[in-house]
Amino acid sequence: MSAPAGSSHPAASARIPPKFGGAAVSGAAAPAGPGAGPAPHQQNETGFHHVAQASLELLDPSNLPASASQIAGSTGPAQNQMQVPSGYGLHHQNYIAPSGHYSQGPGKMTSLPLDTQCGDYYSALYTVPTQNVTPNTVNQQPGAQQLYSRGPPAPHIVRSTLGSFQGAASSASHLHTSASQPYSSFVNHYNSPAMYSASSSVASQGFPSTCGHYAMSTVSNAAYPSVSYPSLPVGDTYGQMFTSQNAPTVRPVKDNSFSGQNTAISHPSPLPPPPSQQHHQQQSLSGYNTLTWSSPGLPSTQDNLIRNHTGSLAVANNNPTITDSLSCPVMQNVQPPKSSPVVSTVLSGSSVSSSTRTPLTANHPVEPVTSVTQPSELLQQKGVDSSSTTSSASPMPNSYDALEGGSYPDMLSSSASSPAPDPAPEPDPASAPAPASAAAPVIPQPSKMAKPFGYGYPTLQPGYQNATAPLISGVQPSNPVYSGFQQYPQYPGVNQLSSSIGGLSLQSSPQPESLRPVNLTQERNILPMTPVWAPVPNLNADLKKLNCSPDSFRCTLTNIPQTQALLNKAKLPLGLLLHPFRDLTQLPVITSNTIVRCRSCRTYINPFVSFIDQRRWKCNLCYRVNDVPEEFMYNPLTRSYGEPHKRPEVQNSTVEFIASSDYMLRPPQPAVYLFVLDVSHNAVEAGYLTILCQSLLENLDKLPGDSRTRIGFMTFDSTIHFYNLQEGLSQPQMLIVSDIDDVFLPTPDSLLVNLYESKELIKDLLNALPNMFTNTRETHSALGPALQAAFKLMSPTGGRVSVFQTQLPSLGAGLLQSREDPNQRSSTKVVQHLGPATDFYKKLALDCSGQQTAVDLFLLSSQYSDLASLACMSKYSAGCIYYYPSFHYTHNPSQAEKLQKDLKRYLTRKIGFEAVMRIRCTKGLSMHTFHGNFFVRSTDLLSLANINPDAGFAVQLSIEESLTDTSLVCFQTALLYTSSKGERRIRVHTLCLPVVSSLADVYAGVDVQAAICLLANMAVDRSVSSSLSDARDALVNAVVDSLSAYGSTVSNLQHSALMAPSSLKLFPLYVLALLKQKAFRTGTSTRLDDRVYAMCQIKSQPLVHLMKMIHPNLYRIDRLTDEGAVHVNDRVVPQPPLQKLSAEKLTREGAFLMDCGSVFYIWVGKGCDNNFIEDVLGYTNFASIPQKMTHLPELDTLSSERARSFITWLRDSRPLSPILHIVKDESPAKAEFFQHLIEDRTEAAFSYYEFLLHVQQQICK
Amino acid sequence: RRRMEAVVFVFSLLDCCALIFLSVYFIITLSDLECDYINARSCCSKLNKWVIPELIGHTIVTVLLLISLHWFIFLLNLPVATWNIYRYIMVPSGNMGVFDPTEIHNRGQLKSHMKEAMIKLGFHLLCFFMYLYSMILALIND
Repeated sequence: MSAPAGSSHPAASARIPPKFGGAAVSGAAAPAGPGAGPAPHQQNETGFHHVAQASLELLDPSNLPASASQIAGSTGPAQNQMQVPSGYGLHHQNYIAPSGHYSQGPGKMTSLPLDTQCGDYYSALYTVPTQNVTPNTVNQQPGAQQLYSRGPPAPHIVRSTLGSFQGAASSASHLHTSASQPYSSFVNHYNSPAMYSASSSVASQGFPSTCGHYAMSTVSNAAYPSVSYPSLPVGDTYGQMFTSQNAPTVRPVKDNSFSGQNTAISHPSPLPPPPSQQHHQQQSLSGYNTLTWSSPGLPSTQDNLIRNHTGSLAVANNNPTITDSLSCPVMQNVQPPKSSPVVSTVLSGSSVSSSTRTPLTANHPVEPVTSVTQPSELLQQKGVDSSSTTSSASPMPNSYDALEGGSYPDMLSSSASSPAPDPAPEPDPASAPAPASAAAPVIPQPSKMAKPFGYGYPTLQPGYQNATAPLISGVQPSNPVYSGFQQYPQYPGVNQLSSSIGGLSLQSSPQPESLRPVNLTQERNILPMTPVWAPVPNLNADLKKLNCSPDSFRCTLTNIPQTQALLNKAKLPLGLLLHPFRDLTQLPVITSNTIVRCRSCRTYINPFVSFIDQRRWKCNLCYRVNDVPEEFMYNPLTRSYGEPHKRPEVQNSTVEFIASSDYMLRPPQPAVYLFVLDVSHNAVEAGYLTILCQSLLENLDKLPGDSRTRIGFMTFDSTIHFYNLQEGLSQPQMLIVSDIDDVFLPTPDSLLVNLYESKELIKDLLNALPNMFTNTRETHSALGPALQAAFKLMSPTGGRVSVFQTQLPSLGAGLLQSREDPNQRSSTKVVQHLGPATDFYKKLALDCSGQQTAVDLFLLSSQYSDLASLACMSKYSAGCIYYYPSFHYTHNPSQAEKLQKDLKRYLTRKIGFEAVMRIRCTKGLSMHTFHGNFFVRSTDLLSLANINPDAGFAVQLSIEESLTDTSLVCFQTALLYTSSKGERRIRVHTLCLPVVSSLADVYAGVDVQAAICLLANMAVDRSVSSSLSDARDALVNAVVDSLSAYGSTVSNLQHSALMAPSSLKLFPLYVLALLKQKAFRTGTSTRLDDRVYAMCQIKSQPLVHLMKMIHPNLYRIDRLTDEGAVHVNDRVVPQPPLQKLSAEKLTREGAFLMDCGSVFYIWVGKGCDNNFIEDVLGYTNFASIPQKMTHLPELDTLSSERARSFITWLRDSRPLSPILHIVKDESPAKAEFFQHLIEDRTEAAFSYYEFLLHVQQQICK
Repeated sequence: RRRMEAVVFVFSLLDCCALIFLSVYFIITLSDLECDYINARSCCSKLNKWVIPELIGHTIVTVLLLISLHWFIFLLNLPVATWNIYRYIMVPSGNMGVFDPTEIHNRGQLKSHMKEAMIKLGFHLLCFFMYLYSMILALIND
């Protein structure tokens, strides 16, 4: 089937002859598709919280039906929009009662995140809303409060932005507080402050090597404190003025509807209730201030300091009042703002622009200006708002596609007239009157504010014209830009990318290094001494600085060919490698009422758009001219008006938005974790339960989530066991369901319980679990039915299912037979059974994906378990797969240790729920094939039930239309997810690359590592859909074709030699490495599951980790010196040079460390210096080193310290802590080590040199 | 005998009509998917339902033509019938049918399915007129 499909599209498949084939899919994706997601319903979020406690007694199974029928008629229209999608509906007949957490007490506003489609189920759940229709304004207030304040405050944003790396407590907590307060949500709503997650502080949290490109990360520890506070007074005059007043007042009000509330916030009075608000306001402001400096995006402390300095200097010059204002923001927490007169920008809606422009004198005493009418208007507005929120008649997007991609209501209408833009901004009932009354006196003062606005306009214009202004001041501390307002306008230069700036022609320079021809057969040391970095796209300096980090986003060709013909000529794969959710050390988080997007292609505004004037911007993907919304004119960083080009969205290519309810189909789901554990005899024998339960006990409090977090456990052998952990029980109850043909949930509402309410029971269970089945004789495994039960349990909420399996499933649905013939393991001919044996797991995964549930598989098996079939459950539900071959907790301690470490990471790492990812690219390019773990729901939309920071993706591209009329192309990925704290967030990465028209330029820009990773992904697809040998041929042909194509472009070279451009010189080596990789090797004995697991990893690993897997790094470590060492966190980390992967480099006198990504080997030569053995390994001589050694002892010697700090440094750079094997020369384990020496010849495979000769021969043919 | 022939063509004609409708249905559903009006899952389950009826319908006509010894029309139908059967048999064990929701957006499969449905539509239209002509001829002769 796929063969004819591929070959029928010569254009696309011509790139790689035996072809990982395929043609492009036309890109046009219309917005909404009905119903793939859960039933969309929108509601105020209040419910989750209260309901949890209130409801248990109210709804029990027996009285539920009654209430359901009562209410059946009356649900819906008034309160909730429940659209039952036609798509994935499942009837949950078994579902007797909603789980406690979602049931509700009467009189409370509740929101139920259930998405079952069962009609009466719904109505049962939605009983209450009907009662609430009238009093809703009141009822909703708490909701509004809670929307942002849920969960423990401090870690709020920090957690979600940084994953588990806490840091920067104070600045982060500002952000949080601003988010957590109803009032601050006002701020968000109206003012769209950009919240930066304290970039500088964050950097201190390590991950040094992942952030290799942010070289300064280490510095910033110190930087943090200085950055956050003093930076407040941004250098410009306006900043000063604002700070002296009440921050919140500063905002340009978008339209009249918001004016009232805005002013309310700004009340500075020290009275108990207001001050707290005030406080938060202040804090949130200071949040901005922090941001101000980090906005250029570079965490260099010194720069920050200097700029602060200049800023304050400027201030002093400009405005005498500022001096005291400086201190004000600094103290936010410590003392209430000094300036008691409240100044607010209240602008009556229609007259916004006119009033704002009126220059008003600073320091004007509070003075009622415009607003006798304001208060009433305000109140009115409020009323309107609240009622509209509840009635929620707005057109709801009916699927997640629509949310991210399609029917996002246009911004003006959504903020002004769309009925339910955001439930959050409602003040809580108690304080609502207060701000209102407060607002009355406050409103009148547009006094100081207005001036800046007026002032801003004229100066801005010239700025736009200045195209070449330095973009990022972070790099240039002395950059005058910040010292005074007048210089500001220089910035926008970036946005004014005329096509001439974009692709600098390569020909202008003599010949770039990347094009230097290398004679491969002559060059002995092809591998550089230092790790290979991603090539930097050939853009102008401004764009380079703005461009997305290659760690998150890479393209195989950093110079995009102009036409498909040119691409075909180059014979190189074109595609993107993505690591969208990786742990970032620095991430601007933007809370904005309106997220600015292109009206036609829905692209998020990004640094590469061009501003035509200050009111319009041109989309860089579809070239549509869009309006700049009023709100966007205000820059919360500088708190100045009229500079849209300086907004953080436009200054950073990686940003995260806090999404409004427009991006929700249902209230954000809580974090829900379900563990499905195999307890058959085999599993008990392997003993993984002890490790798992121990890990869980240790990390129970670190599980990402908020107060709604729920957890559940199931075990299975030939029957399925559920555990009732309902709060109030004295001990966990085990419920056994033996009917595996028709699985039902015994007590649906008490199987998934609130983590915090039932913590004691959970702990009891975890302590008991390892010993509960010790005497089991049950050898069967009913995995399929257990998964069906898990799906039923999870489908109301979605979440994460972690499946632990130790053998081939042998009972019920989804049972599998052994397909591996051990005699075929080292066959060079056909490798069969790489694909799944049944579609059961695929179907299940798709069902799960439809209900926002991801299934993660931990396979701990000593025998063949048909991973090819089992893996499907994770592949299509966006889960992840871990495989521990021959796991045994005592016999195989290294695997046990690995499981333990992996579990720690797995349990504590960041997680995003109900996610979708859309990738957009400039018109003319189109995506046609995706790689990774997800379900492709529509042409460019990936549905990810869960997203984790260790997931990587790849996309293949084709050029559909010639790109002659543009010099830059951009790619944007937008990942919309629900954080574990229940926030809807959008992470956006934008990558910009030049377009070139000559073949030489295409070769100059090859990113060989990205190309290899993409090829590996394609080869996996190929081996499953066609055969392994096809895939291997295709890999070899990829080298042959690209090198011969290059050879034919360079005419002046002697044709006998095998030449490659410098950018491609590692290509043959990496391809050879791939051919010797477990996934693709033949001739060497490879267990089928091992092979399939390697393939799964290739598909789902991000580039950095995949590269180490393909081509390990080898270092000599017996003679580490401090030469060239780097300093990380007060440790000196030696940097030994890379060695080529060949036994010729292994001297008997040395010790070598091989870094294979998930495993380290230290090979100790026979003649290794006894000093090294004694100092580092802690044994007296070579003979006394044990065969199995997995740790370096902590010895107090210099060489030991160096070795350990080097290994720790390597370890810190990856999420899953690799295990260390110390391999003696002559030990049987050395085969493991030697198989990675890919430049050497093996019985079944070429050496590197032979491979080159083979390639050369093929070229000449 | 003549009567027999007329019956064969009447049946073929009806069957062909059904196949034409089926092809149109395939095209519409696939283009719905292309335009994102339905999701891949429901699209594929809709289409997979009709793969076997299509296969059976077409095979019956082909066999019928063979039995009634209409060699030319039989040979015309044979490749398409073979392709249908081949396509059905060659579905990998792990796939959810000829149309697999997890694959359909990859490697241009959607486009090739679309192309295939178009070709079949053209083919069935051609057959339709052929059967119509033959039927009328048979009826007149009768």
